[in-house]
Amino acid sequence: MTTLQLFMYAGAFILVLGVAATLLVRDLIRRLIALNVASGGVMLLLLALADRGDGEPDPVPQALVLTGIVVMAAVTGIAIVLARRVEQLDDDLEEVEQ
Amino acid sequence: MSAAALVLVPVFLPLAVGALSAVLPRRAAATLTVIAAVATLMVAVLLGIAVLDAGPVRLEVAGWAPPVGILLAADGLSVVMIGLSAIAVLAATLVAAADDHFAGGHAFWPLVGAAAAAVNGVFVARDVFTAFVLLELLTIASVALVALGGTRSAAAALRYLFVAVTGSLFFLLAVALTYGHTGTVDLARAAERADDTVIVGAIIALTVVGMAAKTALFPLHSWLPVAHPAAPAAVSALLSALVIKASIVILWRIVEYFGPLTDLAAPLATAVGVAGAAAVLWGGVLALRRDRLKSIIAYSTVAQVGYMVLLVPLVFTASDPQVAWIGGILITLAHGVAKVAMFLAAGALATAAGTSRLDGLEGTISRMPWTVAAIGLAGVSLAGLPPTLGFVGKWMLVQASLDAGAWWWLALLLGGGLLTFAYTARMLRATFNPPGDFSGARELTRPARTVAIVPLALAALSVVLGLIPWLLIEVLSAAPMGGGA
Repeated sequence: MTTLQLFMYAGAFILVLGVAATLLVRDLIRRLIALNVASGGVMLLLLALADRGDGEPDPVPQALVLTGIVVMAAVTGIAIVLARRVEQLDDDLEEVEQ
Repeated sequence: MSAAALVLVPVFLPLAVGALSAVLPRRAAATLTVIAAVATLMVAVLLGIAVLDAGPVRLEVAGWAPPVGILLAADGLSVVMIGLSAIAVLAATLVAAADDHFAGGHAFWPLVGAAAAAVNGVFVARDVFTAFVLLELLTIASVALVALGGTRSAAAALRYLFVAVTGSLFFLLAVALTYGHTGTVDLARAAERADDTVIVGAIIALTVVGMAAKTALFPLHSWLPVAHPAAPAAVSALLSALVIKASIVILWRIVEYFGPLTDLAAPLATAVGVAGAAAVLWGGVLALRRDRLKSIIAYSTVAQVGYMVLLVPLVFTASDPQVAWIGGILITLAHGVAKVAMFLAAGALATAAGTSRLDGLEGTISRMPWTVAAIGLAGVSLAGLPPTLGFVGKWMLVQASLDAGAWWWLALLLGGGLLTFAYTARMLRATFNPPGDFSGARELTRPARTVAIVPLALAALSVVLGLIPWLLIEVLSAAPMGGGA
């Protein structure tokens, strides 16, 4: 197995793992982390594609990954705010019940 | 200014106005957003004339040609979809400007600007990576828009975010495969260079899964009936009418460019058609069983998404794929116009009655007959009855099905129409009061005049476009799908 194949299989595996966890886990913060793991898998795959075999990496996939990371950072930020609102609401409801 | 530079306006004008809106007071932000929507509509008309004149309008941004630069192009599909987006944004912002309840807060204005820029960008994008980035901008703006519905909408917004971003990751994988296989992200170049049937099939399959999640295509639809009704009415209208169209258009583009390259495309297209058929029936039946206006209309969107993807199997089997393309595009436009009208009218009724529950709407027809009429007319267009735009689109899809010898799509198109008719009738019936008994109608608070006029004007527009659809059909055939842009 070449290094390229290793990275590509690893990327696909991490993506599947992350997506499965995103769908199955109930806790909001864990789900969010799972989503980030899944995106890590895609990024790994893209970075593996940058290997042209001559030691000089192809800059285009690297630029794509960089953009992808920025997008995920924005998504994670907004998700954390929303998760806090949801949990705040749950806490308030629990207080009312007690 | 040359016609090519016009392509930039629908993307950058709303973006600039959105950024300004964040710091301007509400009145000024609303006025600017409305002006920008009118300007975008005018640009769509100008682009339409240019397309009729000389085919697709192409712009290499900043003079850099692909593969280094980004190519934006407007063909018939881009032009009519930009027109739809301008009309939807105009209607939603006019109502939101008249009554703040429809907007849900000041953040509405900058977010609408970002969302409009992103959808218009998707409509003119010709490379998969630009499409991906704009789709993400759209997701972030839409999730934030849902969250404007108050603290209780946060859970719905978060659920939407998880599904939408997972869908994006699948599409990003398709982008990675496209680049890895062809060495370019430009759609036309990639389609020229791609030669491996299995990889192209995988690109289509990943796009189908990703976009199905983002568009709420059955069986990945369960987030939509939660997220769309949770938002304020003007936001629900934009989400249902416009936001889901961006992912539909990306699915169409991938089918347009990569579909002819692989034998695997036909079975995938059939799978999309089957999912669409299930969506039409499942969405329709569940819409019949809901007892809140917004929830019924949201399930109606789930059902209508089924019609929008029905062109995918038909373009592979019909002898003239253009009929299927144009029919599918027209039915999508008709859904956009009718759904804005329906959600805004529903918002007006709910504000007046103080509840969105069907059993609380008794008597609203006596006080707000035109608002109820807007729901009725929009329902007629969604059901695909003449003389509306929905009818024209459905008629062309029926022709394409007959042409392909696929009578089962025909049964579906007609059966789905019956379901649409039934849930529209159910909404209308809830607004009636017994003859002479106005006790229910007396306590209504009457909404602002704009709130009554806008839904009716849009419902009327679906009739006008249904009577003169040749204008749209001309533009769509001047730069046909699969013609290369």
